[in-house]
Amino acid sequence: MSILKTENLTYVYSQGTPFEKIAVNKINIEIEKGEFVGIIGHTGSGKSTLIQHFNGLLQPTSGKIFIDGNDIWSNKENIRQVRFKVGLVFQYPEYQLFEENVFKDIAFGPKNMGLSEKEIKERVYDTAKLLEIPENFMKRSPFELSGGQKRRVAIAGVMAMNPEILILDEPSAGLDPHGRDIILDIIKNYHKKTGSTVMIVSHSMEDTAKYAEKILVMNKSELFCYDTVENVFRRSEEIEKIGLDVPQITRVFNKLRSHGISFGKEIYTVERAREVILDMLKKEGRI
Amino acid sequence: MAEIKIMENIIKTENLKFNYQNGSEEKPIINEVLKDINIEIKKGEFVAVLGHNGSGKSTFAKHLNAILLPCSGKVYINNIDTADDDNLFNIRKCAGMVFQNPDNQIVASIVEEDVAFALENMGVPYEEMRKRVDDALKAVGMYDYRFHSPNQLSGGQKQRVAIAGIIAMRPECIILDEPTAMLDPQGRREVMKTIKTLNKECGITIVLITHYMNEAVECGRVVVMDNGRIVFDDTPENVFSNVEEIRKIGLDIPQTTELIYLLNKEGLGLDSHIITEEQCINAIERLLK
Repeated sequence: MSILKTENLTYVYSQGTPFEKIAVNKINIEIEKGEFVGIIGHTGSGKSTLIQHFNGLLQPTSGKIFIDGNDIWSNKENIRQVRFKVGLVFQYPEYQLFEENVFKDIAFGPKNMGLSEKEIKERVYDTAKLLEIPENFMKRSPFELSGGQKRRVAIAGVMAMNPEILILDEPSAGLDPHGRDIILDIIKNYHKKTGSTVMIVSHSMEDTAKYAEKILVMNKSELFCYDTVENVFRRSEEIEKIGLDVPQITRVFNKLRSHGISFGKEIYTVERAREVILDMLKKEGRI
Repeated sequence: MAEIKIMENIIKTENLKFNYQNGSEEKPIINEVLKDINIEIKKGEFVAVLGHNGSGKSTFAKHLNAILLPCSGKVYINNIDTADDDNLFNIRKCAGMVFQNPDNQIVASIVEEDVAFALENMGVPYEEMRKRVDDALKAVGMYDYRFHSPNQLSGGQKQRVAIAGIIAMRPECIILDEPTAMLDPQGRREVMKTIKTLNKECGITIVLITHYMNEAVECGRVVVMDNGRIVFDDTPENVFSNVEEIRKIGLDIPQTTELIYLLNKEGLGLDSHIITEEQCINAIERLLK
């Protein structure tokens, strides 16, 4: 059974006013438990509106959402439980830090879940370790930390609730390449360790190709496709047509294809490109 | 590449050093941000300054129009010492600056008024101002939006309005401090296209501070900063061929360069100075022939 499913999910902003706009239109999607999903699409394509439905921040204008097979809006009183199950990390989450020290900030979510003191402490320290937040930071004010450290504390606050689904909206926005690698590696590691479902909204095709197993593409309020990375990049011409990038290496190999060289599989990471070329040379006995 | 007629310096630094001071007055903690920067930038050049967060690149940028002054050493803009208080106005007129966050640099409620803001302060006569504002908005492709309110614009559009506000002052040089960091890919492309046009067609010197290597690849010259020093200063081809060093200081290299690097590790002996897609395609085609 899928962990998250939508049926004709539609959301209309400012309905009944001159500013009425359909932000997401009849989305049907099923996401399996434990998947690592990259969400891509233009600014204004509806991806943020979509993910805000996944933890019940927005209620669909029409259509349904199921988490673990349950329609989350069938009983409004259960929506609080949905928010514990589905953790949402916003863009620039460090702006949402507010507690007097790092420990309290990370503990805020678990505390609201009504966990025992002991369990809260365990969760905070476990999550901090996963996010490479040193123990001596716990008593410090989160506002004294560097930008990258603040962001990790903010993400820890959501991860410490052990959500079944963790959704992050552009977790690497504004970071330099090194900071980006650290955050994305930590998320990948979290996914591997906990087996939970992870979704990342990103503008970087290179990162999405490198980290995700499946890709969800939004275009003009509609679901363009949801498929494996390989299958999505097989449609790279269409993806470029709707104004999205594909990884540079994919563009290079598509050009080579149009020059009459055939490669067995889709190329979307440098590592794959290397393997394919070396295999071809080996087959010809040249190396 | 744009032809440079006179190889005259527009920016020159001599042993530029800068420290931030923290801690108490009795026990100051000195944080050396810039350590001995020596660089010359010629009129009409398009230079990318690449570095990770904390490498000193923004501090360097702020020295180029006298927002910061050196703790020791000199910075000359058009042969004027930036420490010369009497010339501050001339320095800022010559070297304009664009910052990261478009929302922090827009002051007026109508696009064309925002572009005119500096000109009003400079006391430019109305007719002249009218012309300069229109020219500037046309140069960044925002003329059709001149009566819009900035809050109706996308990030990329706002950033182009900010650039228009600078070029209306007719500077010889524009320094952009991570102008695309908060923009989506579309906005990034718009801004890059705009500054490339300004460089090529109006001959404005561009200093682009960035940590996106794909933007640096499009420049004529790449300066890499690490730990307050300049560690590379060369063409993008030569800089990015140092794959291991660039990685070690926490920066990206183009995927094309990375592929050639990995293949060369297997002893294929390809040209390591490949950065563009075109060059990479040619090299692989030749290899597989």
